[in-house]
Amino acid sequence: MTAPDPTPGVPPLDLPPMPPAAEAPAVPFEQDWRRLDARMLAVKPISEAGKLLLPLVVVLFVGGTDWWKLWGALAGGGLLVVAGVVRWATTRYRISDTHVELHSGLIFRKQRSVPRDRLRTVDATSDLVHRLFGLSVVKVGTGRNDKVGEEDELSLDAVSAAEAEHLRQVLLRRATGAATTTGTATGATAEAGAPRPETPAESEPGEVLASFRTSWLRYAPLTLSGLAAIGALTGGAFQVANELNLDPTDLGPLRNVGHWLEDGSLPLVLAAVVLVLLIVMTAGAVVLYLVQYWQFTLSREADGTLRVRRGLLTTRSVSLEEERLRGVWIAEPLLLRAGGGARCGAVATGLDTGAGSDTLLPPAPRAEAHEVAATVLAVGTAPTTAPLRRHPRSARRRRLVRAVVPVLVLAAGLGAAALAGELPHWLWWVSVALLPLAVLLGVDRYRNLGHALTERYLVVRSGSLVRETVALQRTGIVGWRVRQSPFQRMAGLATVSAVTAAGEGAYAVTDVDLGDGVALADEAVPGLLRPFLETS
Amino acid sequence: MKQNGETGDGRPRLRAPRHRVSRKAITWWTLEELMGVVMLLVPQLVAAFFWDAGRPWLVGTSIATVVLGAVACLVIPRWRYRVHRWEATGEAVYTRTGWFVQDWRVAPLSRIQTVDTQRGPVQQMLGLATVTVTTASAAGPLEIPGLDVDVAQRLVEELTAVTQATRGDAT
Repeated sequence: MTAPDPTPGVPPLDLPPMPPAAEAPAVPFEQDWRRLDARMLAVKPISEAGKLLLPLVVVLFVGGTDWWKLWGALAGGGLLVVAGVVRWATTRYRISDTHVELHSGLIFRKQRSVPRDRLRTVDATSDLVHRLFGLSVVKVGTGRNDKVGEEDELSLDAVSAAEAEHLRQVLLRRATGAATTTGTATGATAEAGAPRPETPAESEPGEVLASFRTSWLRYAPLTLSGLAAIGALTGGAFQVANELNLDPTDLGPLRNVGHWLEDGSLPLVLAAVVLVLLIVMTAGAVVLYLVQYWQFTLSREADGTLRVRRGLLTTRSVSLEEERLRGVWIAEPLLLRAGGGARCGAVATGLDTGAGSDTLLPPAPRAEAHEVAATVLAVGTAPTTAPLRRHPRSARRRRLVRAVVPVLVLAAGLGAAALAGELPHWLWWVSVALLPLAVLLGVDRYRNLGHALTERYLVVRSGSLVRETVALQRTGIVGWRVRQSPFQRMAGLATVSAVTAAGEGAYAVTDVDLGDGVALADEAVPGLLRPFLETS
Repeated sequence: MKQNGETGDGRPRLRAPRHRVSRKAITWWTLEELMGVVMLLVPQLVAAFFWDAGRPWLVGTSIATVVLGAVACLVIPRWRYRVHRWEATGEAVYTRTGWFVQDWRVAPLSRIQTVDTQRGPVQQMLGLATVTVTTASAAGPLEIPGLDVDVAQRLVEELTAVTQATRGDAT
């Protein structure tokens, strides 16, 4: 890739001298060292500056125009550009037969090298600025996270969209044969496994397993993202007002609203406020849903990977080697559950669980979530719909105690403070009024506890505010963990967790009867627990 | 000693791992508890010395700290010692740790990634070592604290030999 003409916004600078062309390679390689796309020289400063734009404008035009401020801003911008140039000039990557290598840094030289047969996922993300310039940030992940919080991941920021697609195909291509699944319930095309041309052309369409439907938008208000939207909006508004030294009461319309709020009758005002909040929340949630999941497509590619593409402004493409799939989860937050919706995600090794990269289906009808689960796992019926075994009644007592006691403690504390005259009385009335809700929460948590063992999957379910059902491949279980507190021991219960290399690392069967739990673990992974069991 | 489950209905149940940790571990844990108590106590005493108004309160809390600390120093290390057990077979590593909350863990040798030992200053003084067995899971490693150094050494050597013979990335 040659450097194109200087992009607008980037002053012509002399590049620092190139570092010597790399150390002697230890392995034969087919490709030469490549640079990141030169367009990133423009992208980085723009996106960095974008983040600083608001404070910058405020500083420049509101607090009086001092010259040093202007110079400071210019110097900051210049630094961004220089940093970008240095980064571009010192960063290079190479894909050899066996390794992906990344060298970067001017003062602190960093050399990363990841064996290609370890690569499990390729994640290409482009935010708005990147898209404007036709670039993607490519992250390749391996299945290892030996040290907690230290993901073994290479990030290329940024390469051209075509190069990203090329990388995706080349890096995950090696998976053949073993990963191709048999035709599935959706009437799979039989072309999977057919040889693909080696030329990394435009992306093969693959078999689409699920794609965005406008009707899914009705689930958007049932997510809590609306609240987040309100929070972000108000936070942002206050910040702007603060920076601009605005007093909200100075604004005409706001003042009118304020007067109306002061004069109106209380029920009317409350109703109006609630209505406005609801409208804003719904609108915010719908917008967020669109931003995140627009053009959502889940597909099974011919090279044995699952691929999720989505996003309105920032587009994201996550490719996951099917061999690395250890199961699926179905999450049903309370509101979504009440509305008959659910989300679906992958339990896979080498997949970052935090940033939503494991999403397989956004909030959608529950039936579709289970269907996607079944399709992705290439089974007829989703293990997540298997009838679950309930946990003993002593587990219900524990769930109730754990839900109710904190509220009781809170009420007692507030009550004592009220008696001492420190706090108004209505606070503890409210907390007492929360008690029935806590009871309901505890009962629901108990009702949702369950586990099952199917032919190939261990299925566990728990949670009330977010009910999660996880189906974990029995062959993906790499150990067991049994925890028992004295209270659990008195109740004859234990929490039995299946340890796995994928997803969150361990999936718990909470408050199961100890004997049942041990028997379950013994049955799920034959032989592993057997030497450590005794029959009384 | 309280054992898990009194099912008695013929169903299998977990038995305790075969080996105890070193008896010197009691001394180690006692020293650790002592250090914790001292860390809590010293600020209170210093404050009581300089702050007249708070002295009655602080003396009270200090006495409580000493009493509870003494109980903790006597009880917790022995409780831990009774709970901590370990076992390594040709197939798997099996540990039981904790005291108030007990934690049984099983990891098959084929899924083990690394085996290390750590020795803090107190452990070095007492000739103890902690063996840490990591798997590919984010759920955390198996730990066997308070082993005699030579036992730990032998365990690490054996486990390393076995796991190196196993191929694959243990996921």
